[in-house]
Parts: sequence; structure tokens; C-alpha cells
Amino acid sequence: MRKKHQNRLGQQSGAQALLLLPIYAVALIFVLGPLLYMIYLSFMSRAQVWGFVNEFTLDNYAQMLEPMYLSTFAASLKLALTSTVLIILIGYPFGYFMARLSADWKRRMMLLIMLPFWTSSLIRLYGWIIVFRSNGTLDQLLMGLRITDRPLKLLYTYPAVVVGMIYALLPFMILAVYSSAEKMDWSLLDAARDLGAGRIKAFFSITLPLTMPGLLSGVILTFIPSMGLFFIADILGGNKIVLVGSLIQEFLTKGRNLPLAAAMSVVLMLITTVLLSLYRRIAKTRELEGLI
Amino acid sequence: MENYILKLENVSKTFENTNVLKGISMEVARGEFITFLGPSGCGKTTTLRIIAGLLTPDSGRVILDGEDVTALPPEKRNVNTVFQSYALFPHMTVAANVGYGLKVKKVAKNEIAQRVEEMLSLVQLSNYANRRPDELSGGQQQRVAIARALINRPRVLLLDEPLGALDLQLRRQMQLELSRLQKKLGITFIYITHDQEEAINMSDRIVVMKDGRFQQIGTPDQVYNQPRTAFVAQFVGNANIIDAVVRKSGEQATAMVGGAELPICATQLPPGSRISLACRTENILLGCPGGASAVVREKSFAGGLLRIELAMENGVSVVATRHGINFDAEPGQALTFDWDKENVVIVEKEEQR
Repeated sequence: MRKKHQNRLGQQSGAQALLLLPIYAVALIFVLGPLLYMIYLSFMSRAQVWGFVNEFTLDNYAQMLEPMYLSTFAASLKLALTSTVLIILIGYPFGYFMARLSADWKRRMMLLIMLPFWTSSLIRLYGWIIVFRSNGTLDQLLMGLRITDRPLKLLYTYPAVVVGMIYALLPFMILAVYSSAEKMDWSLLDAARDLGAGRIKAFFSITLPLTMPGLLSGVILTFIPSMGLFFIADILGGNKIVLVGSLIQEFLTKGRNLPLAAAMSVVLMLITTVLLSLYRRIAKTRELEGLI
Repeated sequence: MENYILKLENVSKTFENTNVLKGISMEVARGEFITFLGPSGCGKTTTLRIIAGLLTPDSGRVILDGEDVTALPPEKRNVNTVFQSYALFPHMTVAANVGYGLKVKKVAKNEIAQRVEEMLSLVQLSNYANRRPDELSGGQQQRVAIARALINRPRVLLLDEPLGALDLQLRRQMQLELSRLQKKLGITFIYITHDQEEAINMSDRIVVMKDGRFQQIGTPDQVYNQPRTAFVAQFVGNANIIDAVVRKSGEQATAMVGGAELPICATQLPPGSRISLACRTENILLGCPGGASAVVREKSFAGGLLRIELAMENGVSVVATRHGINFDAEPGQALTFDWDKENVVIVEKEEQR
């Protein structure tokens, strides 16, 4: 009986594998292929005018140790860290309380969160320029309310970039925390209170550990992109704030140094991989909460 | 020191225009095993949550050990609950679950370890200390939930249908275990169930609830044999409720039941009063001369009992049960019924709404 069952399962997975073949093929051609090419490229030498020369070298990686590039990596990490911390502080409570709303309100909130995605993110970023620029919406509002007496000139400053990052990535944190909190059994909080825990104690001993997978997945979904979202830094930070993403783009286009751009991408990817494996170890799952 | 560990004074609660509790009052004695019995939606869980502090009553007071705790949050009351779904913390081991209450109260680590060990051996789970709740069976989870509540030495332990999710055999076994535990520890148990057998087997006193009101508070014997209302008589054991008119009052009282004069329990109600009588199905005597006349409507056999349904002239049906399947009556046949007056109780019948 059992053997028969296993047999059927075996057949099923064979058929399944066949059906999955196209997906593997696509992944191979469009993901693994370019990836391997990029790694290969990162060990090649720069050509004088355009492209690269087939000569093995470690120079690209050595070059990244130069103070200028190191400080760019450090600045990227710092911006990503700042943005992520702020996104946690806003997104966690948001997602948590959203999970406690009635079904009707959950739907409405979900719609509100999704709504901005219907417009191109680039166009929405230009909206922020109108808000932040000297004598822009924000300045006029603050001066109109007599909170300040002169324009703040926030555009092309660090805070403007951070706001842009938060704006772009907050939904991912909210959704990740929400989907985790949504699954929580609220009677556990009753039980904790009943056993003598105050609200705060109950939160830290029950709610936080049980929503940790969502929080961590939110961190992954915000921290990693925030190191690469160069256009936010470009548009809202002018050329004052240079991130790894901007550098890569620079070397790919104007700098005409493909191997160096590839090497930087590889390093960025390694950082990402380390973070993901950390997530797996802490959350004990491979799936990112909030993605599905 | 008062004799009562817990006192409810005129407690009421409304949810979204529904009167869930309509001003209930009662006293629970120290060390008592008291059961709230009633159909779902009768307000028994609401009552429990108000005692636990998880809900605040709209009016009325909750007095625990002489202290008014109505406004106190749950963590400030020395009352613990065994939840219907157990509500075990899935990210903690069995030992951590059981020790949670002590840890929150900042009891010393070695004392926690010792008391957890004691508690786990009390519920026979010593070998499961390091398992996670989802690795345990329903019955084991149940015992963890009980241990987690009892370790705090609560003044009152609240149990919200704790056996509801278990199969029948395990339920019987846990009923015995719970009763034993309660007697051993001497802690006051307030137990919620909709299962009359459970209530009768375990309780010192039963509170029968319906629609946010208490129908009757009494020992299992009182509730079973002297039901105060028609609802209690029907909910606890299946009794017939039969309309009748008093013919003679006093010690040798009688009443007219469907054209026949039958003896009833002593009453001071004047002749002519309309009353409702409750008589358990097993106490209906069949085929006696001088009884009330009726016609057999249906005969069926279930659970070792033969159920004979009679219809009186006015359409009211009376059910009698007998052991075994041998009973000489077929549907359509005329049959008289009677009862001993000791087995008949006058009950209050609610207004039809």
C-alpha cells in the first residue's frame, strides 16, 4: 500500500520535473548565464576604448580597496542602514496594526499601499523634487505655518535621499511584517497577559519573536535594494551622494570600465548573499515572508 | 477573611448592541469546583474573560479574595486561565512555556527550574520538557496548558472548555485527572463546558446559563433532580416539559394532564393555576390504568435505550425511554402514561419570544 503510494509520488515528481524544465532553461539562460559572465568579466582587464581584453587580472578587486571606493561602499552601507532602521521603525508598527484591523479595513489599507505602484517609480521620485526643492511644497507649507522663516533647501541633501529610500521601500517592510503578524494567534497575547506579563513584556517575549521572520524578511527586502537604488540618490541627492550603484552605473557608461563595474557588482552580490544566509540561519526558513 | 474567593456583583456586558451578560451575581467558595454550563453564545466565555481581566464589564464588580479587581489588568490578578485552544507559545519549549509565568515575575532561575520540574511530573510530562508544543499530542498539549497555569499557584484557575478538542476516551480520562488534580491542590476551579456529563461528573456546583442569565445554581444533584426552569430540565438530561393545570394543592397535590388527573409534587399553588411539569424520560410509566391517554407516535432504538414517543390529544408529545428493545407497542396504538409524584417537578417556563 505504502510502496504503491510512494511509486505514484515518484512518477508525479518525474512529470513535475519535466514541466519545470522550461523554468530551469529560462533561469539558466537569463540568470545563471549573465551571472557567470559577470564573474568572468570581473577578472578581465580593461580595454583602452570600449569593452575588455581577455587577460586575467585581480586588479579590479585590488582597485576597490582604494580609499575612494572603500568610502563609497561605506557610504552605501551607512545609507542602507539608516534607511532600514527608519523603515523598521515606521513599517513594523504599521504592518502590525494593519494585521489587527477588520477584514474590510485590511483590504482598504492594502489598496492604499499598492496604489503608488501603478505609477512609474521614476515619476513618483520627480514628485519628491517638487516637494523638496527650494521654495517647493514643503518649504511653502512650513513657512506658511510659520514653523520656519526661510526655505530649508532640502533637495540634494542626505535627508532627502533617506526620505526617498523610505518612500520607495517602506511597502515591502509593511507587507512582510503584515503577513507575519496576520498569521499570529492573538490568543497567545491573552495567554501571556493572563500569566502575568504586561503589554510591553508580552510584546517582546511573544509578538516580536513570532513576527521575527517577517521583520527579517522586510530587512532583506529593504536593505539590499537600498544599496543599489542609485537613481534615488542621483535624483534626490544630486551628485553629492555617490553610492555603489551610482559607481557601477558610472563605470558601465561614462567610465567605460566594464571589468571594474563587474567586480563591484560581484562584491555587492557577496554582501547580499551573506545577509541572506544570515536570514536563513535566524529565521530558519528559505522563503521570504511577504513576497508571496 | 471572607469565605468566598470570588464574588460577581451584577456584572453585565454588551457587545455591539447584544446584551451578552445581563447582570449576573454569584459567589464562589474557596477550593470549590464550579462549572458554567450552557449552550454556545450563553455568555459563559464572556464571564470567564471578565474574571480573568481580559474583558472589562460595562457595569458590576468582580471581587477576588475580598479585593475589588474590576479595573485591574489581567497581569495584576492572581488568576490563570487554561484556554480553549491551549494558546501554548509555539516558539518555546514545554519547560519554557510552563516557566513563563514565573519568569515574567522574575522568580530566581533555579527556583523556576525546580518548580517547572515538579509541575511537569505532576502532569506526567517530565520527559517532554525540551519538546516544542507542536511535537506533542492534543492531550499532552492540554496538560502543558494546565501546568503552565497551575505553576503560578493562582487563587482561581479558569478553564475554558479545556477538553473540547479531545476525543471521547481521552476526555473521560482527563475529567478524572482534572478532578484529582483539583482535590490534591485545593485550588478553586471555574470550569466552562457545554457538556452536561462533564459538568455532572466533575463539579461541586453547576451554574446553568442561558442568554446571559443564570438559570440555576446548584449541586449536580439539585440541578438534575430539582431543575428550576424548563430550560435546565431539558439541557441537563432530557426531560419532558408538560403543561398542566393544578387540581388539588398541598401535600397530596394533583394536576390535570391531558384529561387525566395525575399526582404531582407538593405545591401551594391554588387549583386552576397553569403550570409546567418536568419529568425525565426514564421516569415516565407506560400502560398504567388511570394514566393520561395518548397515542404512540414513534419507536426508535439508540444508545442502548428504546425511545417511545407519545402524542397527547392536545398535540403535546411525551417521550419515555426503556432499556432493551422489548416493548409491546406499535405506532398508532393507544397507550396511557403515568408517573410517581416524586419524579415530577414544577418548573418555570420562559415566555415565548
